[in-house]
Amino acid sequence: MAERLSNREGIKGMANPTRYGMLRVAYWLQRLSGLGLLAYLIGHIYETSTILNGKAAWDNMLSLTETPGGHIVLVIVIGMCVFHTGNGIRVMISEGGKGIGRPGQPEYPYKAVSLSSKQRLCIWVSIALAALAMMYGAGVLFGN
Amino acid sequence: MKIHYGTALGAVALVAVHILMRLSQNFSDSLSYKNVLVNYHLLPYALMLEVILVLLSVHGFNGLRVILLELKQGRSYERAINYGSIAAMAVLIAYGSRTILMAGMGVS
Amino acid sequence: MATVEVPKEEKDAHAASAPQQSEPKTITLRIARINPSEQHEPKFEEFKIPVQKWTTVLEAILFVKQNLDHSVAVRYSCRQASCGSCGMKINGKPRLACYTKISELDSPVITVEPMNNFPIIRDLAVDFKQMFATHKRMKPFVINEESEVKPGTKEFVQKPEDLEKFLQFSYCIKCGLCNSACPTMSTDKSFIGPQGLAQAYRYTADNRDKGKNERLKIVDESHGIWRCHFAGSCSYVCPKGVDPAMAIQLLRGYLLGFGK
Repeated sequence: MAERLSNREGIKGMANPTRYGMLRVAYWLQRLSGLGLLAYLIGHIYETSTILNGKAAWDNMLSLTETPGGHIVLVIVIGMCVFHTGNGIRVMISEGGKGIGRPGQPEYPYKAVSLSSKQRLCIWVSIALAALAMMYGAGVLFGN
Repeated sequence: MKIHYGTALGAVALVAVHILMRLSQNFSDSLSYKNVLVNYHLLPYALMLEVILVLLSVHGFNGLRVILLELKQGRSYERAINYGSIAAMAVLIAYGSRTILMAGMGVS
Repeated sequence: MATVEVPKEEKDAHAASAPQQSEPKTITLRIARINPSEQHEPKFEEFKIPVQKWTTVLEAILFVKQNLDHSVAVRYSCRQASCGSCGMKINGKPRLACYTKISELDSPVITVEPMNNFPIIRDLAVDFKQMFATHKRMKPFVINEESEVKPGTKEFVQKPEDLEKFLQFSYCIKCGLCNSACPTMSTDKSFIGPQGLAQAYRYTADNRDKGKNERLKIVDESHGIWRCHFAGSCSYVCPKGVDPAMAIQLLRGYLLGFGK
């Protein structure tokens, strides 16, 4: 009852990317892509282990993954990977205190210096690179 | 946190090499049984796969651990999440290493 | 008695130059009514109230208290964004009610609710005990053994450059909007929070302070600084430009060895 009264938003609040600008969207996408990539890693480790069961088992596995559906999943994974990497590098550098501006005298309307256009640009660049990588990946996968 | 950053940077470089290997030939040919086995027989490549496996398992499960620790608090829950993450990392690394080792030794 | 009639053109010119009176319009104010001792789910009550161009949300709530329902519980004081008392969720975002004009919300319906991540006392008033306790844990005072003024000594000298390193973080009014917006605070009840971490940096960056290692030890815990992931929501909502996200990353830079 104490926790209910504490009025915490819970997972709904944590998982809601809206209301607070681009950096909150990037945080949400980073978490989502991280979980997606972890799920893919586990699937990929299992998928590649079928090579130990011989050619027939391997070809059987390929018949599941080398399908349009499988290729779409792979394209999404490529996008998640590129975004997670690009945004992750931005977060790593920012969390070290670099690239977030310098303390100074706040002036009305008190826009936060750390939420600068440089940060937003890096996020958009990560998204753009992810889109480009997805397009290239789709070209390779569906082109074959 | 340093572990999370370190594994991330290491994994990015090595995964890029791993993907480029697939693109060095026609994509669907690169996934043929014979070609994949040849990759496992190359010692440097097999070692690289092993390193990628360790780095990504640690990075991935550490990230999941952070998310789960933020969702709920309590001593026994936190201990379970910490040990569970380490166990999951160990299981995945063991299972993947088994594939790399046995495929590399020609057991299939 | 002689009468002077103002020529029509001048009369019109006078009317044109006089300040335009803002036309009052009506908005619907939805106020969350919660009494934790009686119910666990909020219910909303709607009030139609007249507002003008400059009416703030706080003024709208006080209009309701004065004319329609005096039982609405709301905390407020200075009415000029310096005390931090009137923090609440306005149309889904944590804001100061005295600092938010109805006109800037651009909506005929204004919903006011208590801030998230704080226990509710009643209606719009929330409990700040945990936030103040966390703030106290950060040792929010200059730690310096030579702080007593003795004969022959003088005051701590601080250059303008030294002051600039922490000044903006000292503008924190403890309104709690940052803690309400933080995604980690939504689920992690042990997290220190952006307000506490920013204040830890404020004193760490102060060159009069010698307690840096003490404070770094306090924040270097599993539910401390490492639970911040630079989502930036705290800085987005801060009404005073404190930018707690910057403070936290700079403090983390110290812990990671990037800052001095």
